Amino acid sequence: MGRRAGAPEVNAGSMADIAFLLLIFFLVTTTIETDAGLDRMLPPIEPPDTDVIIKQKNIFQVSINKNNQLLADDELTELKDLRAKAVAFLDNNGDGTCSFCKGAKDAESSDNPSKAIISLKNDRETKYSTYITVQNELVGAYNELRNRESMRLFNRPFVDLEADYLNPETDEDLKDELKEKVKRIQEMYPQKLSEAETSSN
Amino acid sequence: MMSKFNLGRNEESPEVSTASLPDIVFMLLFFFMTVTVMKDDSLKVVNELPNATEMKRLEKKDRIITIYIGKPQKKWEDIVGSEPKIQVDDKFIDVVEVGSFVLGRIASMPEGIRSYATVSLKVDKNANMGLISDVKQELRKVNALKINYTTLNGEILLNR
Repeated sequence: MGRRAGAPEVNAGSMADIAFLLLIFFLVTTTIETDAGLDRMLPPIEPPDTDVIIKQKNIFQVSINKNNQLLADDELTELKDLRAKAVAFLDNNGDGTCSFCKGAKDAESSDNPSKAIISLKNDRETKYSTYITVQNELVGAYNELRNRESMRLFNRPFVDLEADYLNPETDEDLKDELKEKVKRIQEMYPQKLSEAETSSN
Repeated sequence: MMSKFNLGRNEESPEVSTASLPDIVFMLLFFFMTVTVMKDDSLKVVNELPNATEMKRLEKKDRIITIYIGKPQKKWEDIVGSEPKIQVDDKFIDVVEVGSFVLGRIASMPEGIRSYATVSLKVDKNANMGLISDVKQELRKVNALKINYTTLNGEILLNR
């Protein structure tokens, strides 16, 4: 008899409740992932075939002792001054071959950015947070210089370019273009950060 | 005059339609479903990450191997002691096992991305560098050279 009225409608009133339940479940379990950090490359374990002789003035030695004190180029340094010191060292341009450097051309400091090496040494009892802070400042020094050159050449900070380049959502054509730019800046200030083995005395 | 405004007062006030409520809620639901990452390891070590400002995002989860380092949490202290420990997956491992663990993980990745494998070190900020240097040494032995010191974004002077 009632057949002719068509199939009875399903009551959708509780749909909202069900959806809310699921929503609340996902709300509670969500942790929006924010994994980020400092990328580093470890040195390979085999020693290089040929011993390269590096001039002492091209090495910027940073040591952290077990009391978390900082020695940069044989001077006791505060953490907040480290970045400026590293920038001055990298940008020094002692031999005048670097056309874009704005450094002091101090004969006692590094020859040019491609020769300048920052060496980081730590004690076994150094606190990890201090170590990371120092790493952060040294990477910051490189980024500062790279940003400066990138702003001059491409009118965009280097970290921006690089983030876009590494972002998987950037499309391929743009990526090729960015790759060129990133490469160019990286060659201007190559990141030479050596991590010596820990001293344990 | 007044009667003009009182027109219809006797009728029921119109109800707000809730028919689109499920749609709105579903939209939110799908949003949260897509951004949700289920936590796969439960932490057994204290893991307060240090702050940094010059960091890079870790894209693509499938090529990341996570190693936690820190003091064991209170409830594990009786069993493993209070010295900083290395945790991978759900268990504590020894320094010498790090290499084989990382190799095992790399072997389980598809071949194409093996060379991009990155070890993410999630280290508690109060840990000492000694253990971390040992871990780094182990990683060098198995040629897993790409590492990432995972940090939070924040003021570095708060690190101490």
